[in-house]
Amino acid sequence: MRTLAAESANPLLPPVGEIIIGLIAFGLVLLVIFKFVAPRFEQVFVARREAIEGGIERAEQMQAEAKAALERYQAQLAEARNEAAQIRDQARAEGQQILEELRAQAQEESARIVARGQEQIAAARQQVVNELRGQIGALAVDLAGRVVGESLADDARRSGTVDRFLDELDGMAAGVSPDGRSGTTLAGGTR
Amino acid sequence: MTSSAPALVDVLAAEGGGEGDGFQAPGLGEFYPEVLVSFSVLGVDFEITRITLILWIATLAMLAFLVATVRKPSIVPGKLQFVGETGYSLVRDGIARDVVGPKGLPFAPFLVSLFFFILANNMMSIIPFAQISPMSKFAFPLVLAAICWVMYIWIGIREQGAGRYFKDILFLPGVPKPMYILVTPIEILQNFIVRPFTLAVRLFANMFAGHMLLVVFSLGAVYLFSRDNFSFVFGPISALMAIVMTFFELLVIFLQAYVFTVLMGTYLNGSIEAEH
Repeated sequence: MRTLAAESANPLLPPVGEIIIGLIAFGLVLLVIFKFVAPRFEQVFVARREAIEGGIERAEQMQAEAKAALERYQAQLAEARNEAAQIRDQARAEGQQILEELRAQAQEESARIVARGQEQIAAARQQVVNELRGQIGALAVDLAGRVVGESLADDARRSGTVDRFLDELDGMAAGVSPDGRSGTTLAGGTR
Repeated sequence: MTSSAPALVDVLAAEGGGEGDGFQAPGLGEFYPEVLVSFSVLGVDFEITRITLILWIATLAMLAFLVATVRKPSIVPGKLQFVGETGYSLVRDGIARDVVGPKGLPFAPFLVSLFFFILANNMMSIIPFAQISPMSKFAFPLVLAAICWVMYIWIGIREQGAGRYFKDILFLPGVPKPMYILVTPIEILQNFIVRPFTLAVRLFANMFAGHMLLVVFSLGAVYLFSRDNFSFVFGPISALMAIVMTFFELLVIFLQAYVFTVLMGTYLNGSIEAEH
């Protein structure tokens, strides 16, 4: 059954044919792995790495976007706050201005009212003074006539005396009180 | 049927042959099975035996498997692709990248070819009906070792330049001058003879011895069972040993394929990086 070669062969001295068969077999393995297997696997590894890195990149991008949006919102908020503060300041300033204007108007009005009042008072006093001037003269003369018991016939002389008296009164009043002429006359009149 | 068929016939013949014959242990004939086809091309004789057929079956099956794993490559691997990818990555990352170094990735396809070719052929030593590894024929490990030998020298010359590469081997840097008398012959022997020889012999001897062990225990069990006398008690022990040795063989199959590839990786690393 056994071949004769088997008994005499040295296992460390292989026949050339076997070596060639081995070369062909391993050559085929190299060819198939270099041509079909290795490139596909490398392709898969590259694709996988890209997929993972792409995922990370996308996540980073989204994070950046979220951050940008947050910053934008914060900026908008700050701006709105700023604007509100500005509006408030402006409103306050406007209010102040309106108040000032109103106050000025009111002062003007009050001043005008006071002035008119004073004018009216002055006019009334002047009228009173003028009236009193005539009456006081007549009364004084009448009174003096009665006291003296004689009628001062001489009108011219009489009126000169009265006027002189009144002027003296005026002069005295002027000397006593330094304020307005009308006041003096009034004071002189009542005395 | 199996390569051990002649031996088995011998064993069974011994049984009928009477007491004096005894157990005929299988010998070298195991590795020289019947020649199925014989032809001659350009003066070279080709003898196609069942071991040659096993070589082709193992090689083609392995290639078919690898091609099938990458037929529809996807980022998320399926079961088949995952298995192929694990094997490919083991060599690509574990040897080409980590052993050969940063410039090692271009050698990944070569190392992968080496690993899977050896693994597939080794595997035949425990696959039923084949049960012999083509790697137990010295021609095949020798072919691989020769290719590796040419390759790591060629890569060394390509990467470092011929002058530098051979100078570093002949005169190992950092060694005192008188020591060159001792070191230079050792280095030459180491780099150009011992490395390829051990590479080939280690693989061949492991598969050769593994096969012999399995055959001896299997045939021993058959022989012991067939005896009328007390020796059949030892039959189960022999059979059990055959099973245990089959598992041991499985370990050796992977280990030898890996060791061959890793060693080639370290040789390539030495050629690429001027480490001396």
